[in-house]
This record gives sequence, C-alpha cells and structure tokens, in this order.
Amino acid sequence: MFGKLSLSAIPLSEPIPLITSFVVILIALGVLILITVKGWWPYLWHDWITSVDHKRIGVMYCLLGVLMLIRGFADAIMMRTQQAIAIDAPGYLPPEHYNQIFTAHGTIMILFGAMPLVLGFMNFLVPLQLGVRDVAFPTFNSVGFWLTASGALLVNVSLFVGEFARTGWLPYPPLSETTYTPGVGVDYYLWAVQISGVGTLITGINIVTTVLKMRCRGMSYLRMPVFCWTALASCLLIVAVFPVLTATLAMLTLDRYLGFHYFTNTAGGNPMMFVNLVWAWGHPEVYILVLPAFGIFSEVFSTFSGKPLFGYRSMVAATLFICIVSLMVWLHHFFTMGAGAAVNTFFGISSSIIAVGTGVKIYNWIFTMYGGRVRFETPMLWSMGFLFTFTIGGLTGVLLAVPPADFMTHNSMFLVAHFHNVIIGGVVFAVFAGLEFWFPKAFGFRLHEGWGKAAFWCAFIGFWVTFAPLYVLGLLGMTRRLQHINIPEWAPWLYVSVAGVGILILGVIAQVVQLVVSIRDREKLRDVTGDPWDGRSLEWATPSPAPFFNFAVMPNVEGEEAYWGIKLRAVETQQLAEEPKYEPIEMPVHSPVGIFTAFFTSVFGFAMIWYIWWLAGVALVAAFAEFVVFAWRDVHEYEVPAEEVARVDRARRAAREALLDRLSRQGALP
Amino acid sequence: MTDLELPASVGAIRRIREDPHRLGHRAHGPREPIVGAGHGETGPAHKRIIVGYGFWIFLLSDIIIFACFFAAFAVQRGSTAGGPSIGEIVDTRRVAWQTAALLLSSYTCSLSFAATNLRDVLRTQIFLLLTGLLGLAFVVMEALEFLELANQGFTPQRSGMLTAFFGLVGCHGLHVTVGGLWLATMMAQVQVKGFRREIIHRLMCFNLFWHALDIVWIGIFTIVYLMATVA
Repeated sequence: MFGKLSLSAIPLSEPIPLITSFVVILIALGVLILITVKGWWPYLWHDWITSVDHKRIGVMYCLLGVLMLIRGFADAIMMRTQQAIAIDAPGYLPPEHYNQIFTAHGTIMILFGAMPLVLGFMNFLVPLQLGVRDVAFPTFNSVGFWLTASGALLVNVSLFVGEFARTGWLPYPPLSETTYTPGVGVDYYLWAVQISGVGTLITGINIVTTVLKMRCRGMSYLRMPVFCWTALASCLLIVAVFPVLTATLAMLTLDRYLGFHYFTNTAGGNPMMFVNLVWAWGHPEVYILVLPAFGIFSEVFSTFSGKPLFGYRSMVAATLFICIVSLMVWLHHFFTMGAGAAVNTFFGISSSIIAVGTGVKIYNWIFTMYGGRVRFETPMLWSMGFLFTFTIGGLTGVLLAVPPADFMTHNSMFLVAHFHNVIIGGVVFAVFAGLEFWFPKAFGFRLHEGWGKAAFWCAFIGFWVTFAPLYVLGLLGMTRRLQHINIPEWAPWLYVSVAGVGILILGVIAQVVQLVVSIRDREKLRDVTGDPWDGRSLEWATPSPAPFFNFAVMPNVEGEEAYWGIKLRAVETQQLAEEPKYEPIEMPVHSPVGIFTAFFTSVFGFAMIWYIWWLAGVALVAAFAEFVVFAWRDVHEYEVPAEEVARVDRARRAAREALLDRLSRQGALP
Repeated sequence: MTDLELPASVGAIRRIREDPHRLGHRAHGPREPIVGAGHGETGPAHKRIIVGYGFWIFLLSDIIIFACFFAAFAVQRGSTAGGPSIGEIVDTRRVAWQTAALLLSSYTCSLSFAATNLRDVLRTQIFLLLTGLLGLAFVVMEALEFLELANQGFTPQRSGMLTAFFGLVGCHGLHVTVGGLWLATMMAQVQVKGFRREIIHRLMCFNLFWHALDIVWIGIFTIVYLMATVA
C-alpha cells in the first residue's frame, strides 16, 4: 500500500535532522496560522499563487531562491565546522550524514537557490525592459515557477522523510546505481531535479520567445538593454542543454527502477557516458547562471556611472560568444578520465578561450566607470566587489583549464575554492546587487542604504577569509568532501576558514536586518518618482511598484537606452510628452493551473520515490484531467477599461511632472 | 507618451533615416517592415506567430532529448555483453510497415490541417481520426516487437545495447502515445468548441509535433534499423 514508506523513514535516531524538521514544521505552521488568522488567504490566492503576472512570478522565484540560499548556507556552516572540528577526531557529523549535507548543499545552491533567483530576475525584468506587458506564455510561466517550487519541496521533504543522496551534487554512477546506493536518497534527487528541470525549460522557452518575438515598437535587437541579451543567451542555453539533463536523469532513473544498463559497470553499461552527458548540461549551466548576472552588472555599472555602457556591441558579441563556446568545454571537468592528449588539449584550449569573452566584459565595465560620475551606492559596491572577486576566480579557472595543472588540483579544495570564487563572486553578488537595485520597482520603496553596505562588506570580507585558505589547502593536497582530516598541519587554514563563515553569517544577519528596517521605514524610503536611481532602460519609465499592465501605452523606442532618451527630451523641453490617448488593455486571466500541476507532480514524485505505484498512477491521471479542464476554458483574457488605465498613468505623469518641477526649481535643468 | 499617431511603417522608416543612434540597424531592403511579425520595428508579433514560434523552440528541445538517446545508442551499440547483436533483433519487414504507417499518418495529419484552414469540421475530424488510427497501428506494432523480443529473453536488462535500443525506440513510442492522447483531446475540442482561435493554434502545434516525431523516426529507422542490417 505505501511502497517502501514506513515509520522508520523518519530519522528518529538522528537529532540534527529531527530537530531541524521540528523547527521548520513549527515555523511553517506558524506562518499558515498567521495567514489564516489575518485572513490573507484570498489576497495570497488571487494576487500571488494564481497570478500569471510576470512580475509577481519573478518575485516569487526570488523569494524561493533566497529561502533556499539560506537552507544551503546552513549546510555550508555544518560542513566548515565539521572539518574544523574533525581533525584527528570524528567530529559531530557521522559520515553518512556528512555526505548527504555536501550533496544537498550543491544541489540546493545551484538548482534551487541560484537558478530560481536568476529565473526570477529574467521574468521580472525582460518584459519591462522590452516595453511589453507580459511574457509570451503567461500561464505556462506560472506552471514553470510552481514546478520549480515542487522540486524544491521534494528536496526539503527528504530531510524529514527518508534521506537525501550521498553521491555529490551530480550523482555519478556506478555509485548512484541501486547496487551501491539502494536507498531513496538518489531517487529524491532524481525526481526533484527532473520536475524542477521541466519548470526551468518552460521559462527558457518563454523568455526566448518573448525576446525574439515580443519587443515593443522600435526595440530592434541592438537597442535591447544588455540584460535582455544575456537573458536571451542564457535561455537559449537552457533550451539547448536542459533536455540533456532530462534525458540523462531519465536514463539513470531507468537504470535504478527497471534495471537498465546505461551507466552500470556490468552488462555493457558505461558510467563515463553519464559523466560526459551530465557535464554537457553542467558546464553550460554555469553560464546559464552567470550570463544574466553579467547582465545585471552591466545595468548597474552604466546607471551608477551615469554613462552608457562602454562597448555595447562588443558586450553583445562577447555574450553570444560565451553562449556558443560554453557548449564546447564540458570535458575540462574530467581531464583525468583519460581521454588522451588530443582531446584534453582541445578542451583545455577551448576552456581558456572562453575566458576571453569574459575578459572583454571586464574591460567594458571598467571603461564604463572611467570618466563617469560613479555613485558608490550599495548595488555599485556589490558590482565592484564582483569585478575584483570574479577576476581572481576567472584566473584560477584558467589555471585549472591547463590539463597538466588540473591533474594536480583535480577534485581538490583548490577546485572548491575556484568555483565558489566565480559562483559567489559572480552570481550571488549579482543577485544582491540586483535585489537592491530593482527592489523599489517591485515593492515601491528602497532598501536601507547603511545595512546594505554593511551586508556587502561582511559578505566581501567573509568570502575571502573563508575561501582564500581553501586555495592554500588545495595546493597543500587536501581533497574535497573529507568527513575528517588526519593532517594536523592543515588545522590553521581550516580555522581561518571557519572564522570567515562567521563573518558571512554577520552578512546574512545584516541582510535580514536591512529587510526588516526597510519595511519598517518604508514610508521614508518610498520611491515616488518610479526612477530612484536615475535609470536608463524602460523599466524605470513605469511607476514603482509597476502596475500589473506595466505600460499604459506601449512605448515607441527611438534609440538605444530607451528611457534615457525619453528623459533627456523631457528635460530639454522642460515638459513631458503629450498625454496619449488611452485605450482598453487586454490582460491574461489568473489561473490556478500552475499550483495544481505542482501539487500533482509533487504527489507523483513522492509516490515514485517511495515505490507507491498506485498513487503515482492516480497523480498522472489527475494531471491529465487537469490539463483537459484547463484547455476547456473559454475566457483567456479580460479587458482593463481605458479609464482605469488613464487613472494609473495620470498618477505616474503627475509624479514625473512634480520631479521635473523640482529639478527646474533647483536649477538642475539646462 | 510618444508619437503613437504616426503609422508604424512610416514612423519606422523615418526613424531609421533620422536616428543618430541607429547603430547596427540593418534595413530589410526596400520592403516595409511587416506589422505583427515581431521584427522589432513594429512591436510584438501576432499571437499565432508567438505560439508557433514557442512551440518550435519546445520541439528543438525535445529533439535534443532524442539526440541524447541517439548518442547513448551510438556508444552502446556494440556493448552486447554476450547477448544478441543489433542485427539479430531487427525485423526489417515489420519496421517497413511501421514506417509506412507513421509516414502516412503525417500525410493525413497535413490533410486535416488543410481542412482546418478551410474551416471544414467533418474533414478535419476524419483526417485526424485516420492520423490517430495510423499512429495506433504504429504503436501496436512496436509493442508487439518489444513483446516478442522480451519473450526471447532480449530485455533491456540483458545488455547495454538492448538498454540503449529499448530506451531510444521506447522514448519515441512514448511520444507517439502521448501525441495520440493529445490528438483525442483535440478531436473532442474541435467537436465541442469548433474552430476558435486558440483551438486552431493548438491544432497547428499538434501538426508540428506529429511531423517532428516523423522526422525523429526517420533517424531511428536509418540509424537503428537500416544500419543494423548492414553491419
């Protein structure tokens, strides 16, 4: 009846997951009770859960990402403390638990932390920057988000019920085959990643179609903000490589569930085929994450330097260059496979060449600041911290791209330090810069400046204190994923690293305080103009928070930096453009199809993990029925009356006129 | 807030001439930009183009899934582990019938869409039904093939080659089955709702899907079955 599921699946003998589960369940219950008591359910249901508004979905993606970042960070704290304690000692985490932690840390940070954040930014920004009202497929967008959330749910359920994989974040066979890992851990991984992968693919298709087919009038390709270019490149990579992940995990699933021989080490299976396939996804995945990060930095550098981006077209070219070359470097993750000198040379050279594209970008950002009036506000601090951190991470990457050097450092702490150097320095810094930068556009008020700067300095210093020692340890010969350590000479470096984690914790606390303080002081921090940073692209043409239809009248773009042009014209003529004729707007209706789909996939995934076949069947049939019901609906859009559009837009115009007035009184206008 | 009154095409041409920022702008010859094609000058594309375009992107990603299974087959083709080789398990006569059924179903599928374009419900339904029946025949023949192989003990658990064979061919068969489910749903929708705009869009996507499966099958037919008889 319940497959492999029984009471013994609850880890009663292990205090850490048990207490964590207990606390998480208590917090979740508390939140649910609070929502019920306050009567927030109708608001949540109509305005968020069933919303197909790309901005709402983007915000929910970011919220999910931030929660998962904190979860992954908790794992990181445990790993660093364990390694600092377990020097010639067993430490406090038994090996099977420690292995689950490093697996969960990698899986969660990449797939459920960084990915949702990046997807969230793309969802929130691309339609706004392109001057359109939504993405190409709004309802599917909602489905995509909820599938990602469904995957995240399954990963976290593994904490309470059963166990997570102990194989590392990419479950290499033959270790991940049933012969060597019979438990449900790898199955949790497989179904969680598979389900969220489908969600990611949906977003990828959506953004590609939006960018290529749904730009506002006059928005030719070379007038798009660089963030849109990077989102396009990133989503092209999603469309190109997420199917590879889907196929690879499907093969491993067939091996585990039906005894196939794709990756077994018996009967003609080929474990190295998994490693090749999974990195054919895994390396482009790194660029899926970092390209939109580059887009965020491009927007920040140009806005806070008060200059157009230096070398716009070379930036676009570099983005597309990286997009293509990232598909040709995957083998550098396993130079030690023994593919031979010729193959290793090819991939070594391609891995070094891809750094050229990034180098072009670095110089462009530096030259954007050169001669500009740089404002050192929080997003700019994160961006400058990125320039320094990411450049060093990139250089150690080029070192690893040289096969002979890689043979010495393969799977060492040097590698661990390198990829944290680029992912934290690149993606995480970008995410925090972006959250700070676009927060007023989403919520209508800025985040507190002082706490933001405190968070930056803690994160920046904390990062280097944590990871610089890991470079040293790697060169001293320490391999990754060690549950305990027998070499006391390494101890000082491990202690320094733990101290760094302490500084990072301060950074996280500063972020939380920043959010709380900002919400408390929101009236003081209110952004009345809709353009708090003196922005240059179209999202700043909308009021803050942006109305659900984004633009009362679709913009007509007449040059690069669309909004900057409009602003200059208003300043020159000392008045806004004439009031347009307002017309009714068609908007897509809200739909619960996303959350229902996610419910069924969660049930299906859980049933498959625990071999509850009947339940899996029921969930599949129910999902199909739900799609038919959804396909039967007749009303897809509703009309926003012209008066409502006019009301919202006149308020926006009044705010802008007041700003213009104030500027001219101050004598800031020519 | 800008010059909305101007016709888009006139405005676009004027802007191209006068725009000092027209970096990288490449005019498409003397033709005026087509409204609704989504080329940038004229604003978002029509819904039909967006839907079709998005579905094409999905199909490309689906083809990449097949590419992985093809790659696995290429790697494991010789990994027989003492079991049968690919040449010993292939029945070219049945595969010829399968191929005929599937290619014919693609033809009837196109006929159904031609009828849809004429807004002819009856013919659309007849040809969709024919498409479905031919697809069903294909799937049944494939199931028989799998059953016969299993009866001889040639299951995917036997060897890496059989794993890759069943995986690739089965993945395609699964797609055809799901396509059949979709087709049945579409027939019901056409019957109940007639040719509403979104239903025509869905029929268009279904057509694309069905033809894509045909293309993949031609790959399987060649690389798995025909090449088996050569080597």
